[in-house]
Parts: sequence; C-alpha cells; structure tokens
Amino acid sequence: MNIVVCIKRVPETAEAEIKVDSSGHDIIKERLTFDINESDNYALEEAVLLKEKLGGQVTLVSLGESECEEVLRMGLAKGADSAIRIDSSEFGELDSAKTSEILKSVISKLEFDLIFTGCMATDDGYSQVGPVLAEMLEVPHGVLVTKVDVADGKATIHRELEGGLIEVIELKLPAVCAVQTGINEPRYASLIAIRRAAAKEIKVLKKEELGIEEPTLRLNIDTLFPPPVGKRAEIFDGSPDETGAKAAAMFKEKGLV
Amino acid sequence: MKKIFVLVEHRQGEIRDITYELLTKGRDLASKLNGELTALLLGDNTSQFTEKLKSCAHHILTVEQAILQNFNAESYQLVLSEIIKKESPWLTLIGNTASGMDLAPALAQELGTPFTTDCVEIEIENDELIPTRQMYGGKLDAKYKMQKADSYILTIRQAAFPQESANLNADVVSFTSPLTQEPDYRKFVEYLEAAIGEVDITKADIVIGVGRGIKEQENLKILEELADSLGGVLACSRPIVDAGWLPKDRQIGSSGKTIKPKLYIAIGISGQFQHITGMKGADTIFAINKDPNAPIFNEADYGIVDDLFKIVPVIKNKIAEMKK
Repeated sequence: MNIVVCIKRVPETAEAEIKVDSSGHDIIKERLTFDINESDNYALEEAVLLKEKLGGQVTLVSLGESECEEVLRMGLAKGADSAIRIDSSEFGELDSAKTSEILKSVISKLEFDLIFTGCMATDDGYSQVGPVLAEMLEVPHGVLVTKVDVADGKATIHRELEGGLIEVIELKLPAVCAVQTGINEPRYASLIAIRRAAAKEIKVLKKEELGIEEPTLRLNIDTLFPPPVGKRAEIFDGSPDETGAKAAAMFKEKGLV
Repeated sequence: MKKIFVLVEHRQGEIRDITYELLTKGRDLASKLNGELTALLLGDNTSQFTEKLKSCAHHILTVEQAILQNFNAESYQLVLSEIIKKESPWLTLIGNTASGMDLAPALAQELGTPFTTDCVEIEIENDELIPTRQMYGGKLDAKYKMQKADSYILTIRQAAFPQESANLNADVVSFTSPLTQEPDYRKFVEYLEAAIGEVDITKADIVIGVGRGIKEQENLKILEELADSLGGVLACSRPIVDAGWLPKDRQIGSSGKTIKPKLYIAIGISGQFQHITGMKGADTIFAINKDPNAPIFNEADYGIVDDLFKIVPVIKNKIAEMKK
C-alpha cells in the first residue's frame, strides 16, 4: 500500500489576532507560529496507520518555501518514509487549481494506491486540492473522510455529512481521500525519531525540474479585510472580578440562576 | 440572456435548506442580470420535489434515474458536466455542503471553469462576478477577481443567504441522463445514523460550550463545575471531539448538533461558521474569548474579552453566592 500525503505548512490562527498587511492581499505573519495544517496531520497519521497494517511506503509532498521542510521533517519523524518539497518560490500567487496542477506534475510520477490530503486548509479554507487533484489524475475521490478500510483493490470510506450522518462509499484504487479531523489520534514523534528524521534527505524540486508550463491563475484575491461587524456583543469591561460579577448578574436578571 | 443554475440538494427524501438559500440568491442575481433561474434536480423520484420548487425558479431541469436516488459525487459530476456543456449557464451555484464539497471542485476542474468555494456574498459589477469568502477561520473576508470566462461555478456557505418565498411558476423540463449505471470506481453503499449518547444537549436550557481555548483535557473540570453550578450541560466545538476529550454527541455545529437553549455560554471558542450554525438559535449567547476580534463576538449578545481561566472561577463563585 503506497500512500502519498500532501501536506501544507500554515499559520496557527485559531487563537491569534490576525491583521492584514500593507499589500492588502495577505496577513502579517511575523508574530504567528506555523505548523502542519490540522487536517493534513490527521491525513498523515491515517497513512502511517495504514502502512503499519498493510506495509508499503508513505511519501510526503509539500509545495512551499524552505520553511515547510520543518513540517516534512516532523512527518518523517512520525513515520513517513520519504519527503519531497516542491519549491514554491518561483510560482508567485497560487490558487487551488494551480497548486493542484503543480502537485500533480510530481505525484503522477510516483507509485501510489492512495493519496491523502487534509479536507481543508485552516488559512485559506479552499477545500479543493484533494478532489481537483483526483480529477487531474483521473482517479476517484471522497472528501470529509472519517474512516478508511482497504481490501481487494477497494477503499471503503466513511464521509461525514451534516448532523453527524455518515455516508459509506466504495472507491476503486487508486483513489484520493480528503481526510477530516478526528479520524484518528495523531501521534507525537519521539525524540529519537525526530533526531533520526533530522538526518534524512528531503528531495527538493525546483520549478524548472517539473516539466510543466506555469499554470494560469483562475482567480485572485482583490482585497482582504476584517468582516463587517454584525450585531456586536455587549462587552463587559473591568477586572476579572468585575466582569465575572456582571456576567453572573446578567444570568440572574434573565432568570437563569 | 444570462442563465443562473442552482443545484437542488436533497437527502433521504428531503430537500435541504441550502437549496432554498441558493434559490433565493439565484433569483436575486437573475433579476440583476435580466436573466433566468433554473433549478437542477437529479434524483429517482423527482416529482416529489418539483411542486415544492416550482414557485422558486423560472425553470426546473430534472434528471430522473434510479441510480441518482442517493448522492454520488462521481455520478452527479458526469450528469452535470453534460448539462453545463449543453446549456451554458453563466453561473452555477452549489451548496458548500458535504455533498457540494465532494462534487463541485472536480466538476469545475473538468470543465475548466473559474471556481471558488464557500462564498458568503456574490456581487456583480460591470458584468463581472465578485465573490466574497472568508479566510483564517472567519477572521478575515476576501473579495476575489475571477478570470474572464463564459461560465462560472461557486459553492455557497450554508445559511449565508436567507430562504425567501417567491411567486414564480417554473416549467419542468427533463434531461436524459448520460449514465447507464453507477460508476464502478465509486459506489454509494449506505447512510449510517449518528450514535445516540447519554446526554441530549439539544434538550438542555443552559449549555456551556467549550473550545480550543481550554488547552488541556484536565481543564474541562472547571467548566463541568460551572455547568453544574448553573444546572446546565457541557458541550463543545469540533476540536474538543477531535481530541477525544468529549464524545461526538456533545458537539455543537454543522456536523454535530443544533441547539436552541435559553442560554449558551461559548468559552474559548473563536466562532467558526460551522459552530455558529449549530448555536445561533439560542435565546441568549454569552462568550468568553481572549481575542477581541474573534467572530464569536459578532454572534454573541454579551461577552468578556479575557483569559477564560481567570473569568470562569469568578462566575462560578458569584453564582454560588447568589444561591446562598
């Protein structure tokens, strides 16, 4: 079972304040921490679990600048066998179709039974690379995957629908799964594994080595701005003792205590 | 004349809410463009739905076939790419739902159509399509420029647009399916219902929702204590379930439960739309978050911008004092 996992290094934004930079198209990244995209981490774990069960190789592919080698190296420490970084520095602005076209140029030369991606990047939220890559490679796909069982040249997968309903489908291999968070419990790499991974080679591919024309952008961000403020909450001001008291008083006033 | 197409989403014999939201926005766009709106309906017994849709669109295009009973992204793609090639709509709207997310990106790729996902607004200026979508978990909005084309596809966020009624009277035209069988490379097997848990968070008057801000599983204890002091139940956003700290039946949001309690307290939850969808029906929403720009404060009635670990114990103590 050879599995390719596409991973992306993203800023952690859930708990951080996000501000637009002077270009108006991007965010100020200086004070943010970066890590593997959340659902990609589950995709990586699912690939390693399947490899441990069925044998084969797990290959990581990431499109990014040199910093993304951190997340590739961590992936190697968690059990992937090899890692490829496609250098994004000469590609300029990316959209999902362009990103997928670049990934395809590399992945189409690899041997794979399954390709795993995360189901959504937490930065841009496009949720496209998995299914678009599948279309380009002419293989079937499923997104929002919460379970994968492989047998007899088929993957039986669970897709998470609204309200917790599960759609069970069968995909003929090779296939692409865009993995949802929560599918497994991603492992932490041991210190020894991290040290070993530090010595492993990450293959770096430059734009001219891919043998493709630069894909055209189908869309680009015109402006980036804070969302319009709706009915903004009434914010209780003061020390924790004061604000906590105001909250409790509000509960009482509404007859909830 | 510009044609706007909307894909009807249905599951287990019910038209889903997103369909009416898409039709509302589709009519609005059609009227701005002096165009017409067509509802695309794929299924095995389409007449059960056409009566409900007739007032909402100018035309209904049906594709009736037994293998289209349950959604299959690959079957849908084969049918829709034929329809779009033949009918040349200027814009096709699909829900950014579990079905739409599975179908639309590959469909747009096959057709070479400029496309983006999860739009929350669509404007048209000088015949140009300008979608707005959110980035960074709803902390920023982005307006896009699309490459010039004759046909576009967008997926639309659930509940981004209202469901309004209309007085149209659509004609129903059937389209012959290009399929002879379900594709052998992807087969629908079955639906599995979510397991029923021991606590039903949809029945509680007071719900305490906990999110990523709680940091460690052991910190759940202080929120359990707060829930006990208020006589409420503890629920959560997706990351807490993903981490295995609370069971799936405690999850509030689009892939979890929808709650309408008297009081909802969101603690350490930034307020991504998937979560908002599940809790915006609460009578009173109160949020504690350390990020003043967290989207949760746009939905909440009251809020405190501070460290939850400082605030929660104070509230618990104040409630205990009130009860004395």
